[in-house]
Amino acid sequence: MVFAVALFAAAMGLILFGVSRLKRPRKWVLAAAFVGPAVLGLLFGLVYPALTTIKASFYDAKGNNFIGVDNYARALSEDAFQKVLGNTAIWVILVPLLSTGIGLVYAILVDRSKFEKFAKALIFLPMAISMVGASIIWKFMYDYKAVLENVPAARQPKQIGLLNQVIIWMGGEPYNFLLNGPWNTLFLIVVMVWIQAGFAMTILSASIKAIPDDIIEAARLDGVNAWQMFSHITVPSVRPSLVVVLTTIAMGTLKVFDIVRTMTGGQFGTSVVANEFYTQSFRQGNEGLGAALAVILFIIILPLIVYNVRQMKKTEEVR
Amino acid sequence: MSNTEVPVDQVGTVPTPSTFDKVEHRADTVRKTMANRIGSAVAIVIALLWTVPTVGLLITSFRPERDIKTSGWWTFFSNPTVTTDNYVSAMTSSSINLSNYFVNSLVITIPSVLIPITIALLAAYAFAWIDFKGRSILFVGVFTLQVVPIQVTLIPLLTQFVNWELNGSFWVLWLSHSIFALPLAIFLLHNFMTEIPRELVEAARVDGAGHVKIFFSVLLPLLVPAIASFAIFQFLWVWNDLLVALTFAGGDNAVKPLTVYIADLSGTRGADWHLLSAAAFISMIVPVIIFVGLQRYFVRGLLAGSVKG
Repeated sequence: MVFAVALFAAAMGLILFGVSRLKRPRKWVLAAAFVGPAVLGLLFGLVYPALTTIKASFYDAKGNNFIGVDNYARALSEDAFQKVLGNTAIWVILVPLLSTGIGLVYAILVDRSKFEKFAKALIFLPMAISMVGASIIWKFMYDYKAVLENVPAARQPKQIGLLNQVIIWMGGEPYNFLLNGPWNTLFLIVVMVWIQAGFAMTILSASIKAIPDDIIEAARLDGVNAWQMFSHITVPSVRPSLVVVLTTIAMGTLKVFDIVRTMTGGQFGTSVVANEFYTQSFRQGNEGLGAALAVILFIIILPLIVYNVRQMKKTEEVR
Repeated sequence: MSNTEVPVDQVGTVPTPSTFDKVEHRADTVRKTMANRIGSAVAIVIALLWTVPTVGLLITSFRPERDIKTSGWWTFFSNPTVTTDNYVSAMTSSSINLSNYFVNSLVITIPSVLIPITIALLAAYAFAWIDFKGRSILFVGVFTLQVVPIQVTLIPLLTQFVNWELNGSFWVLWLSHSIFALPLAIFLLHNFMTEIPRELVEAARVDGAGHVKIFFSVLLPLLVPAIASFAIFQFLWVWNDLLVALTFAGGDNAVKPLTVYIADLSGTRGADWHLLSAAAFISMIVPVIIFVGLQRYFVRGLLAGSVKG
């Protein structure tokens, strides 16, 4: 590692030293020295691979024969893949709405309270840990010990997952959260919401604080209640941030595969496009289909990004 | 919020016109406190839901293996037995030996933060302060590359790396993480650079400073907060990454980072909670320290770059 960093530093130093020694450098030489490394890297690491993948998506599993749009047709029509697309849709609708909703409500509730900083840190902390770590945490919450038949309640194996214990305390039967479809997808979504709510809360809290005091004061003098304050003042004032947060989380959700892979491996009907891409490309050895799935992912994300960028430009103009 | 409290002894007085307003006001106050109470209760419930899962696993990681397997972590409070055995065996036992993967994670992450920031700083400087032909087109091009999902690039990159016989080395991870970070890094740093007053740069130029000198002595010190916030972002991102590492280093124990190994562990030894819980927390220590220590910068970076592609 030290060697690599030193090598990199030396290369960079050489470029800069060369540039600074030139008495009257030409514009393009300067530009090339400064922008060159970045452009080369991007061409090699993003532009060329993206084009290759688009091409590969029109070829067969081994990349030998051109088969047109067959991969796309298969990805969109086969039952197994339709299930995957359906799951992805559920993820992309539920995760942004739930995380943003919870983040917004929480940001309003702890705003200006005595424990604001601490309270925010609690919700925000899951952002720092990896999705793999978060998946382990929740797998433990969901842990399930099978109920033995013909064994009295007192001698049943003790549940070590909190959720099943809560169910037992409330008089219910333990439930295998990750195995039983279609609800298991929802229990995976909980993990992503748990991670993303902190992000939503941070952004929204900042824009709640930016609402001018006189507007809030005026509303209060008019005698609005908490709900009216929320729906007539707070939400309209933070609408641009709401849009940014919703679309950003949606984009992140589309690409997520860590949670599905760590918790269920995509089995029991929980797979999503990002996970299926990995499975097809690296496990099933069907690179054409994997490429098609990656391109489909890209096509779904594209409008979200365009919308997001336009929204961001708008807010910047207002500012 | 309720700073206008009505004395208790006024309860029950007949509402004469002069006190009528007060009663009205008191009803209002009661309503507000009620709303506040419900609000606080909701906030506390959310905070608990967000904290309990982590705390549960944390407590588990310090309980003896036997206890973990036979009783829930909440019984810890009635029967507190603490041990660090799980951590010791996760870090040093020959079959798990997380310390190797911990070092791998560090070795992967540090250059993957330094390299893109350096390259991005140079490029952002050029885009902001060197007036060359095709500058704006190139900048838009770089910015737009944020839309390319990493998934799209993985297989062609893997093929290239295999051709160059780089596969299974740290070089592959450093290179890919650095490149994937560039569009956002250039974009953010460029935004910060253009906010620096033009006069400052002009003045240095009149004094005869070249681009290299301006870059190091004028701009770099002013950019420290921006660099810090992006560095934290990139650090957390690389440290927590699973997809890139799995693709390029998934099969090789010598370069595998913690995330990949723990994901494997969860698949093969999913019931060994004494090891899994300790392993999960070992992987969280570094990012959480970074996060708690530099939270200020992290939040600033989040607010500046909330639009990540």
